[in-house]
Amino acid sequence: MKQELKSVGKGVRKKDAMQLLLGKPAYVDDVTPSDCLVVKVLRSPHAHALIEEIHTDVAMRVPGIVAVYTYRDVPQKRFTMAGQTYPEPSPYDRLILDRRLRFVGDAVAIVAGENEAAVDKALRLIKVRYEVLTPLLDFRSALDHEILVHPEESWHALCDVGADNRRNLCAQGMESDGDVEQVFADCDVVLERTFHTKACHQAMMETFRTYTEIDTYGRLHVISSTQIVFHARRILANALDIPKSKIHVEKPRIGGGFGAKQTLVAEIYPAFVTWKTGRAAKMIYTRRECQIAGSPRHEMEVKVKLGADRDGTIRALDVHTLSNTGAYGEHGPTTVGLSGHKSIPLYTGSLEAFRFAWDVVYTNVESAGAYRGYGATQGIFAVESAVNELSEMLGLDPVAVRMKNMVKQGQIMPAYYNEPASACALDRCMQQCADAFDWAKKYPVRVTENGKIRAAGVAMAMQGSGISGVDVGSASVKLNDDGFYVLRIGAADMGTGCDTILAQMTAECMDCAIEDVIVFGADTDASPYDSGSYASSTTYVTGRAVEKACLELKEKMCTVAAELLDCPTADVVFCGREISRADGTASVSLTDVANKSMCRNNIALEATCSHSSPTSPPPFMVGMVEIELDRETGTVEVLDYHAVVDCGTVVNPNLARIQTEGGLVQGIGMTLYENIQYDERGHLSENSLMQYRIPTRLETGRLHVSFAPSYEQSGPFGAKSVGEIVINTPAPAIAHAIYRATGRWYRELPILPEHVALGDTVK
Amino acid sequence: MLTFNRYLRATSLEEAYTEAQKKSSVVLGGGMWLRLGKRRIGTAIDLSDLGLCGVEETEDSYRIGAYTTLRDLECHAALNTQYSGVLRESLRAIVGVQFRNLATVGGSVFGRFGFSDVVTVLLALDASVELYKAGVVSLERFCTMGRVNDILTHVIIPKRSLSVSYHAQRNSATDFPVLNVCAARNGEQVTVCVGARPARAVAYRYTLDGTAGKAERIANEIASRAVFDSNTRATARYRRHLCCVLVRRALDDILEKEEA
Amino acid sequence: MEITLTLNGNKITASVAPDTVLLDFLREHGCASVKCGCETSGCGLCTVFLDDKPVLSCSVPVVRADGHKVTTLEGLQEEAAEFIGFIADQGAEQCGFCNPGFVMNTIALLRENPDPTDDEIRAYLAGNLCRCSGYEGQTRGIRAYLNAKKEGRL
Repeated sequence: MKQELKSVGKGVRKKDAMQLLLGKPAYVDDVTPSDCLVVKVLRSPHAHALIEEIHTDVAMRVPGIVAVYTYRDVPQKRFTMAGQTYPEPSPYDRLILDRRLRFVGDAVAIVAGENEAAVDKALRLIKVRYEVLTPLLDFRSALDHEILVHPEESWHALCDVGADNRRNLCAQGMESDGDVEQVFADCDVVLERTFHTKACHQAMMETFRTYTEIDTYGRLHVISSTQIVFHARRILANALDIPKSKIHVEKPRIGGGFGAKQTLVAEIYPAFVTWKTGRAAKMIYTRRECQIAGSPRHEMEVKVKLGADRDGTIRALDVHTLSNTGAYGEHGPTTVGLSGHKSIPLYTGSLEAFRFAWDVVYTNVESAGAYRGYGATQGIFAVESAVNELSEMLGLDPVAVRMKNMVKQGQIMPAYYNEPASACALDRCMQQCADAFDWAKKYPVRVTENGKIRAAGVAMAMQGSGISGVDVGSASVKLNDDGFYVLRIGAADMGTGCDTILAQMTAECMDCAIEDVIVFGADTDASPYDSGSYASSTTYVTGRAVEKACLELKEKMCTVAAELLDCPTADVVFCGREISRADGTASVSLTDVANKSMCRNNIALEATCSHSSPTSPPPFMVGMVEIELDRETGTVEVLDYHAVVDCGTVVNPNLARIQTEGGLVQGIGMTLYENIQYDERGHLSENSLMQYRIPTRLETGRLHVSFAPSYEQSGPFGAKSVGEIVINTPAPAIAHAIYRATGRWYRELPILPEHVALGDTVK
Repeated sequence: MLTFNRYLRATSLEEAYTEAQKKSSVVLGGGMWLRLGKRRIGTAIDLSDLGLCGVEETEDSYRIGAYTTLRDLECHAALNTQYSGVLRESLRAIVGVQFRNLATVGGSVFGRFGFSDVVTVLLALDASVELYKAGVVSLERFCTMGRVNDILTHVIIPKRSLSVSYHAQRNSATDFPVLNVCAARNGEQVTVCVGARPARAVAYRYTLDGTAGKAERIANEIASRAVFDSNTRATARYRRHLCCVLVRRALDDILEKEEA
Repeated sequence: MEITLTLNGNKITASVAPDTVLLDFLREHGCASVKCGCETSGCGLCTVFLDDKPVLSCSVPVVRADGHKVTTLEGLQEEAAEFIGFIADQGAEQCGFCNPGFVMNTIALLRENPDPTDDEIRAYLAGNLCRCSGYEGQTRGIRAYLNAKKEGRL
């Protein structure tokens, strides 16, 4: 049922593009008053400690200081800062301030004052005596370690995720299909490898920041850079122990999120200050705080056991993931799942059995969170690398091996909750990518005139489109004077362009121009409920809600038009600019209908619909990279990166392409230099953008993105998702190319020039 | 965040010098990394009004004012023609144009930072620094000196007919170097400077004897003599390895240049 | 301390603390386009012109700007408007937080080198970080603008 589309599928400009490019005020700090309290947090210098004594009297005497709060001042009910649907899988293991400090950067005290200088001074004057405890820094030995990160009685988990704080366990589980051991015993080759990825940072350009005030109604009004306004409301209510009705959360433009802002990193501190003092307050994270006390990717060690036959048939996969959630459990139980759920099903085509098991552990390092790809990025690095190793070991072309084993349209994926690959063009992605990249020519290793090595690598990936059976997207569409529409959403455009693509869908449904659709969001008081923008859900889930709402609004408009046309509703047809009698004898303009809605009218020309999907149709993609490697210095230069994506119908080709390019470059950074190093006391070296190096435009290589769209029946106009999958291929593809050039497999990221030059494959 | 109690736009070098004698005073260079420091400073001394910007070309040298920016040096036609574009090559990877429009030669040299690209090159070009009270001191000696309370006013590069080559290894494009090497050849005399070890750059001098394989031999010898250390970016072992590679490459460049 | 500087063509006199940096001063004086992305002089978000040269306003003590000319994107709206549509046509503005610094430095590039190659564009803008776009769309946008200009399509 493919329709002729007028707005969907067009590479239109983002609605906010020109204003953003002109530097107009749009973000939290631009649009909120500056004459409010400055809020900062005193951060723990120790990875593990108890506060023995804390004296705030001297700090309080600094002129301009309004409040200094310690663990004695906060509610004693634990909560989680993870922005997830209630009941959250993440354990309730946080207090706003705690006597036990669990990582370097953990909050010791909150200071609020009239200006930054006073607050900085007060921070220096808080006297703390710490009982310094031995930190638990090695996640491989965390399970059942004698040092407990969360020994407290009040720790609790709302969902059965196998968590046990007495064992440092944030989650544990296992699932399988078929008898893996039996299949392994029957395989020609069985390969076992261990991979390690670190806690990379989202490094969005706008750090965490929140403004809070008490509004006219005595409620807490929160303006925050967040992906999850509704979850934020609930989490703040839990943290402050106040009714949810007392809180109003909205987000202005967001300066990037990538999952970081799916956790309430900054909100709680100014909110607490405002609630206690009644004064407006603002907290702006420094980049340093963003690095040491943010919500980075979960560090994971992924063990892959792969059984295959000599002809390259992949018959069994056994994946075990050990995930490091750090000091707190945000997104711990859920990220880990993706490391298996989004990697193993790629080989549904031939797999006879699989097993996937996981442990998620607490340690005394920065708490992890959500970062684009969630756990899929880590799992796909492992499984795709293992498949490349298998291919090279058997002397088979890795592209051919994948063509032989990959998941195909219509197959049921046992490792993906038995959901079907209802729309899958992975085979076309592979073929199209191999052609465009010229795999046949670039796969063989070449030596350039200056002695450098050129080599190629390949990987494929999948992700989801929302969380099946959980995520709720909603849309309200309203007809206004003269016939323009307002679309209200609770999903959060964080630069990704969801405001625009949802407007494209509205325009398509209402048969109007995209300019005639105004988008508003997100605001807990005014927007219809939406889980928020994460898990690659907005296009697929909220998009469908937009379709539903438009359909309902059209019916209402037809009812009003029928009154004007003096005929039964069943006899009118909606034609965008007008509504006509089916027999063509008369019509009313959209303007007439809109104006009628405001005079002697009993039918609200507004419709709100929600949508939740029982499935999460995966987008698929293939990436191929050509590198140039200097064997002596170890420098790896990305020359060309080809990516072909099946995100279903491409709603906006420009934005989908930029999403892909942005994701690839983040993936390149993660693979080659974005590093995380803790010293023996648990201090993070990469605590600034000077130390944590993200890619500049000199090291992206040339990116070539194209699409091989399938059509997802359950998605809006056949669309799936694109936001996250795009970060998943660079690590395995580049590691593969490096193997081709050096003969060595690198199974830990980042792969630094030093490792390549000296051949240090394992630390 | 760095704090100053007082900001002094000095009207004379004498005024700046007198103020600089106080322990709590700091002479500003380009002002880079102002937000990085935690130090609380009494007086920040600004030399902007003392005419220390720009490159003066004399018969036998280039006299570079301390407040000349890295970008000025990078784009300086005569200097780059004279020294095979090595200034452009060594400066272009430093953060970005906006950074190099602020960062000054004086600030870079006075700090004698271990990661410096500028110092490694200037050392190879046999540069000197001009201090307000102490007068002209060779950069090599300056690099070995402890805390200096004097005011650095100029960097002087002698005009020589040199072949020069610069190589740096970075983990990512505009990151600090993991190691950098600058080799300069004046007839049979070769100076090889190795910086970002990660400590301050050091110079090694050789007289070429015309035997084959000299580049490799010199490279290996320097790598075995120089002291390397580890930091978050690389280990000493890798730096020693790189030293062999980069010195050899730099020497190959200038030996080839000479032959061509 | 009292300073006088020309901000976007307007002479302003202000009393400042000795350690105020230009970035904070500009935001306090209505220039919300100037953004802070790091504390380590490395992201390019705070790029403004000091006497027509692009600089990092986070690294300039405002006293140093006394007697000088400072220009922010607020003062260059028309010059920016000439090419930003081409960036928007790529979708390469994305979250937009890095845009003002990127646009400012692009203006500086095009003033200095009106006909840059793609590699010259990348080199000049290397100090402007962007985490969303992957950069290539920005380069394509500038290229499209330059082509349009050459072909007289502006």
